[in-house]
This record gives sequence, structure tokens and C-alpha cells, in this order.
Amino acid sequence: MKLPIYMDNHSTTPVDPTVLEAMLPYFTEKFGNAASRNHAFGWEAEAAVDAARQQIAALINADPKEIVFTSGATESDNLALRGIAEMYREKGDHIITTVTEHRAILDTAKRLEKMGFSVTYVPVRADGLVDPDVIKQAITPKTILISAILANNEIGTINPVAEIGTIAKERGILFHSDATQAVGKIPVDVQAMGIDLMSFTAHKMYGPKGIGALYVRRKNPRVRLAPMIDGGGHERGMRSGTLPVPLIVGFGKAADICRQMMPEESKRLTALRDRLRDGIMTQLDETYLNGHPTRRLPNNVNISFAYVEGESLLMGLKDIALSSGSACTSASLEPSYVLKALGVGSELAHSSIRYGLGRFNTEEEVEYVIRRTVEIVTKLREMSPLYEMAKEGIDLSKVEWKGEH
Amino acid sequence: MAYSEKVIDHYNNPRNVGSLDKNDPGVGTGIVGAPECGDVMKLQIRVDEGVIVDAKFKTFGCGSAIASSSLATEWLKGRTVNEAMQIKNTDIVNELHLPPVKIHCSVLAEDAIKAALEDYRKKHGEQAGTREPAAMERKH
Repeated sequence: MKLPIYMDNHSTTPVDPTVLEAMLPYFTEKFGNAASRNHAFGWEAEAAVDAARQQIAALINADPKEIVFTSGATESDNLALRGIAEMYREKGDHIITTVTEHRAILDTAKRLEKMGFSVTYVPVRADGLVDPDVIKQAITPKTILISAILANNEIGTINPVAEIGTIAKERGILFHSDATQAVGKIPVDVQAMGIDLMSFTAHKMYGPKGIGALYVRRKNPRVRLAPMIDGGGHERGMRSGTLPVPLIVGFGKAADICRQMMPEESKRLTALRDRLRDGIMTQLDETYLNGHPTRRLPNNVNISFAYVEGESLLMGLKDIALSSGSACTSASLEPSYVLKALGVGSELAHSSIRYGLGRFNTEEEVEYVIRRTVEIVTKLREMSPLYEMAKEGIDLSKVEWKGEH
Repeated sequence: MAYSEKVIDHYNNPRNVGSLDKNDPGVGTGIVGAPECGDVMKLQIRVDEGVIVDAKFKTFGCGSAIASSSLATEWLKGRTVNEAMQIKNTDIVNELHLPPVKIHCSVLAEDAIKAALEDYRKKHGEQAGTREPAAMERKH
């Protein structure tokens, strides 16, 4: 087993070697511009883009023409929200989204608020799920768009998007979903889920960084979008700019592999996930699984370890790449807003670790991660004044802390 | 963010982890911080004839918070109570090469030292310290 171990696959994934192999010719001998209509170099590039578009569309049950290439999911989220807001402003100025969205949605929504739109941020349940009824109640005659994340990037909770899609359709409101963590991991079907716009990206599914897509529905209804980048009219005018053919080829190949491997891969990862969760949680007391126990991505485990601060835990697990909801690992000095939205207390949010399994993780690695986590948590608890106080029977919530903010 | 070698050393080999009997008249205890803020330090000193003969800590917090309190216990041992009052958070920042985002850890360690000294003085009926709290504003 090689160290360090990479177990932060919600953050990014390595490019699958097969994907890289497919990409390489498009950097050198097949370097044409897909928009060049008058020579073989252009035709070759265009054919490669078309093939990739089909592979990507097949993964989400879309028509290839409905795939708009972007630089990644952040751009797709921006384009969806701002493009719809601008295009449908005369129809209404109200947008509904959720409190556990990715920053790319929340910050775009904040910007739209500054521009005069009104945004409702619906809360989530303690298990992280969005309640479709709460979304339904938030709808006004001015609502033009509902945006709800498909699977959360921190807790892996899978939202009931099909139900939200049905509600949106009934009310004639467009439905966008940020599916960045879901596509390639679980079956995603834009028809069955009633999704009108959907963001996703290659680098979360063993493709290259720098290429993503926005699915934009073409019929029932035909979604129109104001572009954010003007120019040569690429991507049906919704996103101008010369297509990065090698990246698109890689994206297509990655999607194709995910589609073929998904049944087997998700089964394998689910088994690893459950082993990781149980291995840790049966050996340590006062650990809490964040997010829904079963409506969850096959590769996500998120646990809070009471009385232990997340960053110090990561420091002890230095040969394992993981992520924490602790404020100390972020620039904002606030612990995870996603966990706080679930009603997890700040102290337990500071104590959380996210494990993101991936295609290249092995059983041996999982066993190692379990062992190391238990060792370090035990060591840090011996050093923790909170653990000592709790063991003495002191109710920490009743202590008057000096220096509380 | 990369940690300095000294922070890593204190994290891996924390000095003086443990507890003293808080009811012992010769022991001063300081507990500062709050769980919601992500750091709590408990620092204890044992004083004999005006000299700190032992110091122990327990910390819930990031690596820099652990290192700051570990370093504080090292520095406290052998100092007189008055000398201990002179330890500044900036001394800890310099010794551990803490980046700006981690300065609050050193402030907390200074607060913990002051709180432990204060507790000891109270037990002995001495005038409570009138010094200003640590100069840095708590950042959260």
C-alpha cells in the first residue's frame, strides 16, 4: 500500500489513465478547431466533440444537443442562475434554492439579490434532505426558477429531485439542479427527474479539470438562457469560446467509463463506505454520522468526533488526504454552513471529517484509514479538556465559557 | 497551509499533557475558549514559594492551539509567578512561526496563562491581577 492515501474524492478525482490516453492525440496531431468548417482538421475535432457530447448525454439520458460545455460546474451554476434570471426577468423575479447548496449557487444567488431579485433559501431537515413540500410552499406567482442540489458535496445526501421536478413542472417553473457530485456516481436521468437545467463537471468523475457542462432542456419546455460570455456563438450561443477539444474528449471518455462501470462501482464503493463508517463508529464512542444514513452517495462518509477538533485530527492523519468542516481548515473561520444548516452544533461541526472514497481506493486503504482514525481520535481525546470534563459528568452545554463569542 | 516544524513537533510530542488537582491550594487552573469557537485550553500550574514547579495542559483545538499551550507549559516551569505574567502571545507567535490566521491560538494561550495565575492568586487572597487582557482582539 502506497502512502499518502487519497480519500478526498468529493474535492477532485485523478484522471483515469484510459481517459488520458483518449485525450492525448487531441493535443498534438488532432489539434484542429472544432469550429473550423472548411478543412479536415476542423472536421476531425468537430467529430470528436460530437462523439463526446453523445457519451455525456447518454450518461444523463439527454439529447446531445442539450449539452452546453463550460469551464466547470461553477460556471455552469453561474450560467444557469444568471442566464435564467436575465432571460425570464419579465416573467418574474423570484428564485428558490436551498441552504445546503454549493457556494457557486449561494454566491450567485446573493449577487442576483443585489441586482434586485428576491431569493428564498429553504431549510433542510436534520438528515440533510430538502422537503419538496417546503419548496412548494415557497413558490410565489413571481417564481421563475427552483435550484436544488442533487447530492450534497459535504454530507453526500441525495435530494428527492424527481419530486421537486414534478412540483416545478406543475407550476410552470424551471428546475435547475447542481449535480456535480452525483453524475457518474449514481444514476441521473434528466427526463425521469424532471430537470430543466443541470450542472456537472468532468474532474469529479475521473476526467480532466477545466471542463464541465450545463444541461439545457430543448423541449417541454424549451429553455432559453442569456449568455454570460459573448463571442463566436458557440454552444448554441449560450457559451462562446473555442471548445477545448482534448478536455471534451476526456470528459466524454470519463462519462462513458462511469456509465459502464456504475452498477459494479457503486456496489463496491457502498460496501467500502459502510465498512469505513462501521469500522470507525463501532470502535469509538460519541461519534455522529452527518447526513442521511441511506439516501447517500456511495462514496461519502461524514462523521463528527465529539471533543476532538477537526483540523488537529487531519494533522494527525497526515498521510491520508481528507477534508474537515472545521473552521480552522477554511478561510472564513466559520465551521461548515452545511452542517450548521442540519442543526449540528458548532462544536460538532468543528469536529467533523469528510471521507470521500473513489475508484482507486482499496479495501486495504480503508482498513488503514479506520485504524489511524481510531488511534488519532483516541490520542486527541486524551489531550482534550472537553473529553475529561464529559467523563467527569459535567454537562458541557451548561458551562459558562470564558471567551465565548 | 503548511505547519512550522516546531508546531509539528509540539503536536507529535506534546509536553506536559495532563491534569493537576484543581482543589489543591498550590494549583492554579485556567480554562479559556469555547467549544463553539473550536478551541478550549485548560492550563494548570503548581506553585511552590512563588515559583512554578509544574505545569500541565489539555487542549481541544487545532494543531497550532495544541502547540501554543504545550509551549506555554514548557515556558512556565521554573518561572516565578511575576515572570510568568510577562509571557506575551507575540513571544509564542515568534517561537512557533504562527501565520496570521493562527495568532488567535497564541492569544488563547496567553489568556490561559493569565487565567491560571489569577486562579492561583485568588486562592491565596492576593489582589486579583488588574492587567489588561491579552492585547489581540479575539477573532471569533
